Amino acid sequence: MLNYQNFPHVLAVAVLAMGVAMSAAQADENRGGKYGGEDRGKPLQPAQANARWQEECSGCHIAYAPGLLPAESWRRAMDGLGKHFGTDASLTAGENKEITDFLVNNASNRWRAPTAPLRITESGWFKRKHDSREVPPDVWKNPLVKSPANCQACHTQAERGDFSERNIKLPK
Amino acid sequence: MLRKFYASSLALMVVTGLAAQPALAETPDQVLASIRGEAEKATPGFQGFSAARGEKFFKATHGNELSCTSCHTENPAAQGKHAKTGKAVQPLAPSASAERFSDPAKVEKWFKRNCNDVLGRVCTAQEKGDVLAYLLTIQK
Repeated sequence: MLNYQNFPHVLAVAVLAMGVAMSAAQADENRGGKYGGEDRGKPLQPAQANARWQEECSGCHIAYAPGLLPAESWRRAMDGLGKHFGTDASLTAGENKEITDFLVNNASNRWRAPTAPLRITESGWFKRKHDSREVPPDVWKNPLVKSPANCQACHTQAERGDFSERNIKLPK
Repeated sequence: MLRKFYASSLALMVVTGLAAQPALAETPDQVLASIRGEAEKATPGFQGFSAARGEKFFKATHGNELSCTSCHTENPAAQGKHAKTGKAVQPLAPSASAERFSDPAKVEKWFKRNCNDVLGRVCTAQEKGDVLAYLLTIQK
């Protein structure tokens, strides 16, 4: 129940909090944002995932979490499904719209750069988080890993949009 | 008046409920019958489908990097593997995976995609029917 006598205080706190949040964002903006402005979103995946996105994308690979790329990347990818990394992954117009909406609405909310890569592995945050300091080069040569697009080879909960450190297990 | 409104909203709910259901499941034979209907219309002097021709088509390469067997293997009753991503592909033969060729929309979607990848064009109804006729002869 809102207490109207306290309302000015609540308002003041809210405005102050917004100010702090905005100046933090501004500071990031001034530096071009984390990872050269190419930062993944938080959360990576909404609690309620879209069933059609799950079904269709996971037909050939894991359904990559929408927060891994900015909205424009998803628009580009969904616009080019007729030739999706070399294969035809086309959908009906209705399916395409539903999935595009889900991806765009839940895309990275921390991406500041005017870039829109098609490959998750080309984004600033990915390259930094998987450089030789983080991932020993031998890991990439393991046939169980096969490709850096194969998230779940090491991120055991990748299909749920969970890439936390504690759920990483390098395959032997 | 109000009752009429309730009745019509109830009817509307029932209808939208039905529309929200996934496409009604069919058997592979029903899917084959509808491809036959397509083929009869598209092919003058249509002679029926041939499992032998379907097998040859399935196992051939058609001038592109990918062929049917790149992902489905030479044995349609075996589990396959996506040629690019390595993701497991369930067996294609209905005798080995019950849900294969039971959803006409899904059948159309994958024929379109895979024929484009393998042949660089969509398949004819004759080709699709031949392949399905072949797959239906595969025992687990």
